[in-house]
Order: sequence, then structure tokens, then C-alpha cells
Amino acid sequence: MLSYYFSLALHSLKRNRVLTALMVLAIALGIGASMTTLTVLHVLSGDPLPGRSGSLYYPQIDPRDMNDYGPNVEPPDQLAWTDGMYLLKAKRASRQALMTEGMVPLQPTESNVDPFQTSALYTTADFFPMFGVPFQFGQGWNANEDEGKARVAVISASLNDKLFGGGNSVGKELRLQETSFRIVGVLGDWHPNPHFYQLYMGSYASDEDVYVPLSTSRDLKMEHDGSTDCWGNTGGDQDNLERVNCTWLQFWVQLDKPADVEAYKSFLTHYSQDQHAMGRFERPPNVRLRNVMQWLDYQHVVPSDARLQTWLSVGFLVVCLVNTVGLMLSKFMRRSAELGVRRALGASQRALFGQLLMESGVIGLAGGTGGLLLAMLGLWLVRQQPAGYASLAHMDVSMLLATFTLAVLASLLAGVLPAWRACRITPALQLKAN
Amino acid sequence: MQISPILAALRYHKAGVVLIAMQIALTLAIVCNAMFIIHQRLVRMDKPSGVEESGLLVVKNEWAGKPATGQIASLMAADLDTLRKMPGVANVYATNTYPLSNGGFANGIGHSPDKRNYVSVTAVYFSDENTLSTLGLKLVEGRNFNADEINGLGDNDKIAPAVIIVTRELARRLYPDGSALGKTAYISNEPSIIIGIVDRLQIPWVDNSMARWADCSTLLPFRNLVTITHYLIRTQPEEIEDVATRVRATLYATQRLRVIRPKDGVKTFAQVRAAAYKSDRGMAILMGVISVILVATTAAGIVGLASFWVGQRRKQIGVRRALGATRQDILGYFLTENLLICMAGVVLGGLLAIGLNLWLMKQFEMERIAPGYVLAGVAMLLLLGQCAVFAPAWRASHVPPVEATRSV
Repeated sequence: MLSYYFSLALHSLKRNRVLTALMVLAIALGIGASMTTLTVLHVLSGDPLPGRSGSLYYPQIDPRDMNDYGPNVEPPDQLAWTDGMYLLKAKRASRQALMTEGMVPLQPTESNVDPFQTSALYTTADFFPMFGVPFQFGQGWNANEDEGKARVAVISASLNDKLFGGGNSVGKELRLQETSFRIVGVLGDWHPNPHFYQLYMGSYASDEDVYVPLSTSRDLKMEHDGSTDCWGNTGGDQDNLERVNCTWLQFWVQLDKPADVEAYKSFLTHYSQDQHAMGRFERPPNVRLRNVMQWLDYQHVVPSDARLQTWLSVGFLVVCLVNTVGLMLSKFMRRSAELGVRRALGASQRALFGQLLMESGVIGLAGGTGGLLLAMLGLWLVRQQPAGYASLAHMDVSMLLATFTLAVLASLLAGVLPAWRACRITPALQLKAN
Repeated sequence: MQISPILAALRYHKAGVVLIAMQIALTLAIVCNAMFIIHQRLVRMDKPSGVEESGLLVVKNEWAGKPATGQIASLMAADLDTLRKMPGVANVYATNTYPLSNGGFANGIGHSPDKRNYVSVTAVYFSDENTLSTLGLKLVEGRNFNADEINGLGDNDKIAPAVIIVTRELARRLYPDGSALGKTAYISNEPSIIIGIVDRLQIPWVDNSMARWADCSTLLPFRNLVTITHYLIRTQPEEIEDVATRVRATLYATQRLRVIRPKDGVKTFAQVRAAAYKSDRGMAILMGVISVILVATTAAGIVGLASFWVGQRRKQIGVRRALGATRQDILGYFLTENLLICMAGVVLGGLLAIGLNLWLMKQFEMERIAPGYVLAGVAMLLLLGQCAVFAPAWRASHVPPVEATRSV
């Protein structure tokens, strides 16, 4: 029966090619535009660590003075050295890592390669197991090496390709800022997007190439980039960041059970209370504990232009659909005479309705295919843009299926009203008119 | 033209009428707001930086191997000397940042050293005596820095300039009643004397959140002796490409322990401008393309439904023609019918446009839409409706009166 309906639909669509093309084009344009922007949004608002992100939390406390204090004020986005070190050493979570980022000059051992600046993450041992970072060769460093300010480094797969041709470079030497480091690990495929744990160097496609212990980076006075937010009058001296009133460190903890989250939150509050009582924190306790997705949401990581574009193209799709409803209405109603004859010959209203809906479904499939091609073209255009996230704009299987589902559903929806109107005609009236 | 028979006839096509009116309304709402967004972005992109942009070249240099402050001073002096001697180079200076670079730092500036009571935020540009002529800034009052006023500033040195040059906008904010020239301002803990006022100099950032102080810049007489330096080079405009291709090799020839990235280490100011406004440009283009397609889709929809109505009413048209209606009457009938539907659509669309704008203001920090945009959109859509319906209406007017006698 379905194949009969299908051939009927094709037959009818062929009869009025311009109108059919117009409807397919309208659906294709609407679907193409909205799938392009939805795919970009889908990529940008994705979960950087599926399966893990729910148990990773970002503690915030408020160590500032009373200047600009008010109710509901959010604590700073980062931690000061004193607080960061205290929370790190307290080990109240199952894992915790303190980190910040900077650019370091790297001197390749081959003399024919010019030295270059590379982005580095200064962090602590738990970073690798907590985020489930995959290793190609070797492994991360341990807590003793953090304590001992060891000259060890983990490098990214792309830096390993560049410097060592992709071979096992564990144990080899890396010269950073005129100091010799021993490579202990080479990362595998590690590109969390958004770059959730460190948003200051760009939220997307901004992986660092070198990882060294935070203690070592302070020992060597390695450059700290990103944001340094200070209060009071101590200034933000780069070489004395341990002692100034500035927040400049990011801290992540792993909390596996809801009870742990509550416990950690009260730990943060008690710490703030103690510091307030000692006079170091002027503000009353003000703490937050957000997980990865909440943190990304709070930081407005998804660019507002991407959201605006999505809304725009969804509006565009709606107009295209209204347009298709109008065109289908005119197409179906024009066939009143034919439908009247078929009703008189015994076709039920249900059968006619099904046949007309099949026709809109076929238009939807054709429109979906066209829309998919247009979306591919749209994403290709997005990838040509210089924005940081542009290179990530690829369609995955779920978005591909969503494209077809959306196209067919939309065109079926567009066909319901015209089909219902068309199959409700009285056969006798139509026969008489003719 | 009588309206009441048209309205009476429309009652038999409720679904089609509602669909066209809805489509017109949605199109109007989206296109007005899209045009308004395009206009806003274009205004942002057109903002003058105050810099004479053609013939200006930017080189980003990073010293490798962490040289000491004293070493950087001599390396930088050598670089400036080398660059100045290059053929085609008119002038050069070294700085921490420049307009549209999207990097650098900002300070509060005010009448007391207390940082909590500043008058305005200002971008901080480290400069020397060659800055004004290199950037092509217009000095409206006072004088330029003298060579002996320029000091080196290491990583840990306190910023405390004795003299500063500010933009006209910043001068006005600091001293609204009278000239700021020769007066003091606190950009650090020490007072600084304003020795010159330049007409205009944009801050490094183009972000909306900083638009309130986008023209508040201060020039400080320092050479920033840190690892990363930007050299701004004024060339003869016709020789800029030539200088741009040679400058990297020239600098590497004098000292190899440095990083000038091959990809973006050397940029013309035109490239800097394009990079600063790339997202605005992309947004404006996307909005434009979608609006054009939207308008075309709506026009196609009107043509489709109008053709259907004409086809459906051939017999009635024939009867009217047989009873003495002229071709103009039939043409006028369909044009008026379309005008009535479109008017209903634009009234609804105007309200939708304003509603959409209010929602966008809440969600995306947009400004209130100017009524001109809605009015222009209304006029455009009414005209579009008339144009789209003209071909079907023309065909209708050519239905012969004899059609009245035919049965099919």
C-alpha cells in the first residue's frame, strides 16, 4: 500500500514541477540554514568530558575586601595562591588539581629550528587521572615530583610529532626557558572542547602543548598569562604572585557522590568562616561549587552570536514552513476535482489523507536531502571563518539523523492542514461542478 | 475599487489568507531586526580608530631565552635603528599594544591616587617621541613627548609617568569645564601632567562591553622592556607589501634568538582591522543572506497562492468580464486583495518585530530598534506583495469573457 501511495505521490509531484521544486527548495533552505547553525551550537555547547563531567566541580570562594561588595555578588572566577594551596593540600576531594597557563619559549635541540613560544599548562599531579587524559607514551608526574619542583614535562601529541617525529620521546630532553626538562609522558588524543578547565586562552580548539608541575613553574618564574584579578594595593607583581592579593589560579575537584558535594561545600564555607574570623577575608563566606556544564553555562562560553544565528535560522525555517503549507494548500485544493472523483469511486477519507500526507513526506525527504547538502556547504563556509571554534564545525551522525527527521516531520506537519482540507470536500459537489 | 466584495470573497479562502498574512508578518519581524543588526555591526566596523591606517605595518616580536631588562633595552634600540634604516620605512616605534589589537591593559584614571575613585577607565599605550607621527595621530593641543622624557619600563617597575598625552574624549571627561592641558591626572599613585591632547585614538578592544570608553586612551612615555614587543612601522603606502615581505628576514639577520611567527607575526593594519571585526562582518553577511532568501521565499509563496486563486476563479473572472468588467478592474481586484492581506500581515508583523526586538534586547544586549526600520520593512513588504501578485493578476486580467460559458 505504501509503495502505491509513494508512486501516486511521485506522479502527482511530477505534474506540477515548478510548484514542487519551489516547495522542496523552501524546505531545503530552511533545513539547511537551521541545521548549519544548530550543528555549530551543538558543537559549541557540547560536553567536553562525557561521562566524567558530572563529577568534576569548580570551587569558588571570595577572599576580596569590602570594595564593590553587595548582596548576591559572585565570588571571583579564580583562586589566590594561599587559598589554592590550602585547598589542594587539604585533599578533601577524591582528586584535585590546581592550574594556570602561560607561554614559554621552547628551544629545539636541532639548531636549524628557530625557538618558538608554546602554550603551557602549569598544574599538579591529579590533573591527568582526574580528567582521564589519555597517554600515548609514559604517564603524568606524581605528587612527589610536585613537592620536589621536578624538571619534568608532559607534551602533546602534536608537539611530539613536531619535535620527535611522533616517536616515543619519554626520557628525552626538552629545553624550556633555557632549562632542561625530562619528558615523562606524551599525550594521546586529548582535545576537550570547550577547553573547560582553562578558559582564558580561548574557549575552543586551544590545547596546550606542554604540561609542567605548577611548583616548578613558580620556581623558574615562568610567565603567567591569562587573567590576574587583584584587589587592595599590593599590585600584581608577576614574580611575587604567591604573596599578592590577586586571584589567578583555577582549581578543579572530583566529587563522586552527592553527599561528597554537600560535604565539600560546607568545607569551603568553614574555611571562608575561619579566614573571615582571622581577618584575611573581609567578606562573609560566599562560596560556589559548580560542575563542568554549570561552570560553562555560568561563564557564557557559547558565543552569543552563535545563539543569535541559531534563533535567526529557526525563525527562517518557520517562515519556510508557513510558505510550504501555503503552497501545499494550493496544490492539494487544485486537485479537488480529481479527489472528488476518487471519493465517489469509493476511496475513503483516510486513504486520501494518507496519500496526500505521503506526498508531503516525499517533499520532506527531497527537501531534507537538499537541506543536508546545503548544511554541508554551510558548515564548510563556517570552517573557512577565522573564529577559534570554526575548525570544529563538523556534522556528526546524530545531527545527520536529526536533519532528516526534522525535514520529514516539518513537511508532514506542513501537509496536515492542506491534506485535511482537501480530503474533506464533498464528492457530489465536485462532480456536479464539473 | 470596492473593498467589501473583496473582503466577502476572502472569507472563502481563510486558510490561504491567514497563511500569507502570517508569512508576511514573520518575514517583516525577522527582516527588520536583521537589518537593524546589520546596521549596528556596520556602524561598529566603521568607527574611526584615529590612526592613519594605510601604510601602517605591525610586527610582533618575542625574545627567546628570557633576556634581562637591560639586554632588552639594547636589543630594542638596535631593532628600532635597523627598522628605521630599511628602505621604504618612514618611522617606527615600539609599544605594548595598539588600537584594534584586542590585547593590552587598562587602568583607572582620575583626580586622586585612590584607585576606587577614578573618573574613567583608559587604555594604556606605551609610546615614544615617534608615536604621533608613526600612527598619524592629530595633536589638537599641547606638544609631543621629547626624546629625553622616554624611560625604559621593566617587568617589575612601577608605572609612574611624569607626563602623559590623552585623547580629546578622555580630556573632556577629566576636565569637563575647560582645557585639560597642563593639568594633572592620576593614572598611577603619582600625579602626571597632561602635556598634549590628540583628537582621537581608539582602545585596543572592540567588544561591546567596553564601548562606553572606546575613545579614552592615554599615551605613556615608556619603552616596555618585556619579552613581547610590537613594532609599529609607518611605510610609504605603495611600499607596504615590499617592506612586509622583507622585515622578518631583516630582523632575524640582526639577532636570531627571537620569535616572529611566520603566520601572523607581520600584519598590515588592514589585516588587523579585518581580524578585529571578523565576527561582526560574518554576522552582517549571514543576516543579509538570510534576509534576501527570506524575502524571495515569501515572494514565491505569494506567487504560488495567488496563481492558485486565479486558477480557481477563472470562471468567476470570465463572468465578471462578460458582465462588463474591464481588464483594469480584474487587475485592480487582485492587487487590492493582495494589498489588504499584506496590510493585515504588516500590522501583525510590526508588533512582532517590536516584540522580537524587546526579546533580543533582553537576551543579547541589543539596542532598541529605530522605528524607521519597521516602517521601511512595512513599505518594502507591501511593495513586494504587489510585485509578486502582479504576474498572476496580469494573467487573470487576460482571462477571456468566453470562459464564463465553458464548463471546465
